[in-house]
Amino acid sequence: MKISYYPGCTLKTKAKELDRYGRESAKALGVELEELENWQCCGGVYPTGKDEIATKLSSVRTLENAKKNGGKLVTLCSACHNVLKQVNEEIKTNEDFAFRANNYSKFDEEYHGETEVIHYLEMLRDTVGFDEIKKKVVKPFKGVKIGAYYGCLLLRPSKVMQMDNPENPKIIEDFIRAIGGEPVIYPYRNECCGGYVTMEDKNIAVKKSSAIMESAGSFGADLMVTACPLCLYNLTQNGGGSVPVKYFTELLAEALGVKEED
Amino acid sequence: MPSETLKEQVIRISGVNPLKCMRCGKCSGSCPSYEDMEYHPHQFAYMVEKGEIEKLMNSDSIYKCLTCFACVERCPRNVEPAKLVEAVRLVKIRQQGANHLKAESIPEKLDAELPQQAIVSAFRKYSK
Ligand code: SF4
Ligand code: SF4
Ligand code: SF4
Ligand code: SF4
Repeated sequence: MKISYYPGCTLKTKAKELDRYGRESAKALGVELEELENWQCCGGVYPTGKDEIATKLSSVRTLENAKKNGGKLVTLCSACHNVLKQVNEEIKTNEDFAFRANNYSKFDEEYHGETEVIHYLEMLRDTVGFDEIKKKVVKPFKGVKIGAYYGCLLLRPSKVMQMDNPENPKIIEDFIRAIGGEPVIYPYRNECCGGYVTMEDKNIAVKKSSAIMESAGSFGADLMVTACPLCLYNLTQNGGGSVPVKYFTELLAEALGVKEED
Repeated sequence: MPSETLKEQVIRISGVNPLKCMRCGKCSGSCPSYEDMEYHPHQFAYMVEKGEIEKLMNSDSIYKCLTCFACVERCPRNVEPAKLVEAVRLVKIRQQGANHLKAESIPEKLDAELPQQAIVSAFRKYSK
C-alpha cells in the first residue's frame, strides 16, 4: 500500500533518524510512504490569526498536492502534523480563508480540506493495527520501562486533532505494548516542553523540560519516546538528560529488526 | 472609514469574543508559562474586553506563550485565550520596526543540536 508522506524540514536535517527509521519500519509493515514532490516547510507552528493568509499557503499547497495523490497524507513530526491538520480544518470551515487561499493559489480544482491528514502513529493504529505489529516484532523491548512523551501538539486542540483523549491518551502506550515494552504512565506526559520559547527565554524551556524528565524518572521510566524533534531537543538539552530520549520510530525499527547499525 | 481601535483589531484577528469569559481562571491554571507571565491568559480575556490593549502589547507576556493550546483545550466556555495572546502580539509586531526576533541575534542562540523547527517557529511567532 502506498500513502503520501510529508517529512518536513527538520526530518531532512537534524532529525534524519526519525524519518529514516519511520520509512524503513513502514516498509517492513507493508506500507510505502511516498514523499510528496516539491513540499515546502509548513512554518513549524500554526498561525492562529484569522487574517494570516500567506503563512498558511505552503500548508494549503501540501494538502492540495496530497489530495491529487491518494487523498491521504501521513506526517511524522508532531509540529508539522499540528500545522497541516489545523490549516486543513480552517480551509474546511472558514469560508473567507478558503476563498482567499484558493483565489491566490489557482489550483485546477478548488481545495476545501478534502485530504485526510493522519499522524504516523494513527497509521500504525488504524491502518496497520497494533496487533499486526506485535506479530512482526522480532526483538521485543522486554522488561524495558518506557515513558511516552506526547507533549502538546499531538493532542491539542483535540477538537481538531482528534487523535486521542487529550487528558488521558493511550496511543503511544499501546504502541509501546505492541513492541513488547512496558509503558510508564507519568503525570507530565502531555505537558509542554517549552517548544520554541527556548529561543526567547531558555530558562522557561529548562524549567518545563526538567519537570517532565523528573516526572518520568520518578515514575520509573528507563527510556522516553517522542515524535517531535523539538521535544527531543528540549528534553535532552534543557531537561537535564537523566533519562535517555529517543524517537518512537527508532524503537519500532529496532523491534522489527530493520534498524541498521551505523 | 474610521480607523479600527486596537481592541477591534485584536478581536478581528483573534476571532475571539472575550465576553464569553466567565473568569473561572482554568486557562491560567493550565498555562505552563503562568509564572513567567506578567499578565495571564484569563487577564488577556478580561483586559481585551476592557480595551486595555496597550498594557498587554507592552508586556513581555506576549512572548512567553508556548502555543501549547492547553488554555484552548481546557476553557469551559471555548474562549480560546491563546488566540488573544497571539492577536495582541501580531498587533504589536506588525508595527514598523517592531519585530521581536532579529536575524542578527540568531547565531548566538544556535547550538549544534538545535532543530531547524525551533528557528522557523520562533520567527513565525516573533517576527513578521
Ligand atoms: S513543522 Fe517543523 S519540521 Fe515540520 S516542516 Fe515545519 S518547520 Fe519543518
Ligand atoms: S511538547 Fe514542546 S516541542 Fe513538543 S510539541 Fe509541545 S512545545 Fe512543541
Ligand atoms: S478558562 Fe475560559 S472562561 Fe475561564 S477564565 Fe479562562 S478564558 Fe475565561
Ligand atoms: S497557549 Fe499560551 S497562554 Fe495558552 S496555556 Fe499555552 S502557553 Fe499559556
